[in-house]
Amino acid sequence: MANDMQPSAKLASKDVDIAYGHRLIVENLNLAIPARRFTALLGPNGSGKSTILRTFAALLKPSTGSILLDGRDVARLSTREMARKFGVLLQGPVAPEGLTVSDLVRQGRYPHQSLFSRWSAEDQQACDEAMVLTGTVDLANRMLDTLSGGQRQRAWIAMTLAQQGDTLLLDEPTTYLDLEHQIELMKLITMLVAKRGKTAVAVLHDINQAARYAQHLVLLKAGKISAAGAPLDVLSPDIIEDVFKVKSVVFQDPVTGTPMCIPL
Amino acid sequence: MSDLKAGPLAGTGAGRLLALACLALLLSAAALGAVALGAATMPPAKILSAIFAFDGSRDHILITGIRLPRVLAALLAGSALAVAGAIMQAVSSNPLASPDLLGINSGAAFAVVSVMSAYGTGIGDLYVWLAFVGAAAAAGIVYALGSLGAGGHSPLRLVLAGAIITTFLTSVTTVVLIFDQGTLDAVRLWTAGSVTGRSMAQVKTVTPYILVGLITALPFGRHLTTLSLGADASRALGQSPVLWRGLSIALVILLAGGAVALAGPIGFVGLLVPHLVRMCIGVDYRWVVPFSAVTGALLVIVADMVGRLVFGSQSFPVGVTIALIGAPFFLYLARTRLRGDA
Repeated sequence: MANDMQPSAKLASKDVDIAYGHRLIVENLNLAIPARRFTALLGPNGSGKSTILRTFAALLKPSTGSILLDGRDVARLSTREMARKFGVLLQGPVAPEGLTVSDLVRQGRYPHQSLFSRWSAEDQQACDEAMVLTGTVDLANRMLDTLSGGQRQRAWIAMTLAQQGDTLLLDEPTTYLDLEHQIELMKLITMLVAKRGKTAVAVLHDINQAARYAQHLVLLKAGKISAAGAPLDVLSPDIIEDVFKVKSVVFQDPVTGTPMCIPL
Repeated sequence: MSDLKAGPLAGTGAGRLLALACLALLLSAAALGAVALGAATMPPAKILSAIFAFDGSRDHILITGIRLPRVLAALLAGSALAVAGAIMQAVSSNPLASPDLLGINSGAAFAVVSVMSAYGTGIGDLYVWLAFVGAAAAAGIVYALGSLGAGGHSPLRLVLAGAIITTFLTSVTTVVLIFDQGTLDAVRLWTAGSVTGRSMAQVKTVTPYILVGLITALPFGRHLTTLSLGADASRALGQSPVLWRGLSIALVILLAGGAVALAGPIGFVGLLVPHLVRMCIGVDYRWVVPFSAVTGALLVIVADMVGRLVFGSQSFPVGVTIALIGAPFFLYLARTRLRGDA
């Protein structure tokens, strides 16, 4: 079934169409997400980035085609099994007023608990670890609505880490964050990929940030892949103009060596 | 790392348990006081002997026939409404939701009023069943309407469907009452929300439903917290929002339907109590559910006692007392707490 996929693909879409009602957003998508890499989805508004991410997370059902995880169709997985394999950070999540950071992180253990099982040492350890990784230990008893945008985002990521899935799907995780917190978050994702062997997929808006931190870029235009590959191979003035309708020059970043796009 | 082992999350469980125990103790004292106090004061020993060694004396009849059912009705209705409100607020991700949103009160009133109008007011305890069935039917219709269509369930659609059904049923009920003075007189007290003159038989009819609702709601707490994060987040965490929302609504029908059958539509309890509880102990519904149950019962018992003793009338409706306390408190909430939501 997955013969034509690259062997290293963690997650792939096979001939996927996605529609809202009768409107087709994504047509015949064949996208492979490399395992243990940080993949960034880039594209203009309405290019289908978030739609594709939500479909990978099984929050949307493809109208045709299938999503493969390690070569197996995710449609056969239960919601619970999905939640043990994927940590999903949605766009602009809203928590009920008064929820504390530790309450939220605990929710990450939901897919690991059965109907009447009690909170286990393992659950506690997963939460503690997620909070250490995201630097939210000191915030444990703070209410989410009293935190800054960056702190709140880290708390939500801690929740997805507590799920202990090996794939992270992040929809615009840096939107509304200031520069410092954006970079902090990029470094966190990079670290989780490098040290914990996670596969991360994030919808990003900043091309240069994506080129700097992600190892694999997917550029989308009107629901189709315009280009996919390593930043150095993918980012060229032609492709950027094709996707974003912006003329630019592409330099090599003198500090990191990654490509850097400057719009003209 | 060693202090991490204990965990920032293990936190305040013991403190909360202690607070819950204190509240439960307070509730027992209030319930005992409500049975003891009145035109004639009954000492605790007499109350116990009336329950366990009933001798048919006038005092014993007063205790077991009038005061005890009244207090039990207040206790059951209060805890059921508060827990139903907590569930509604979690399910709809709306801090201002209450069981009335499902059309429960208007459904109960419509059923009672229309049957009384057609068959006369002498239907005895049958009205308890009518109210229950009317409440459940209205809530079922609201839920079905709220989840029809392409987008499936959405809290907004549920609220809209509830408002439409409530308005419709209330209008029809009002029309019937305008032309039927006899029925109006019979239901006037009940529609204000009252535990006056409840019989033990009525209490016994409703108790199993409310008890099942309360006992089921306790292990529900964890799922409610997850549900309150919204449908997408709940699904991403491996919860089926459709299944759990459906189960939650069924629980609300049991609880609030039972409460309205017993005590009429006591407003504000389902809205205020869960709100107050969350302000004090946070949004973890494993705690919100039991705290709401105890606090709701305490509020209705105390309010009914205040109505009886301060306003000096046996039939002063507890619904009115609570509205007198509740309305200003609600204004306060709307002014202070909701500003942060925008």
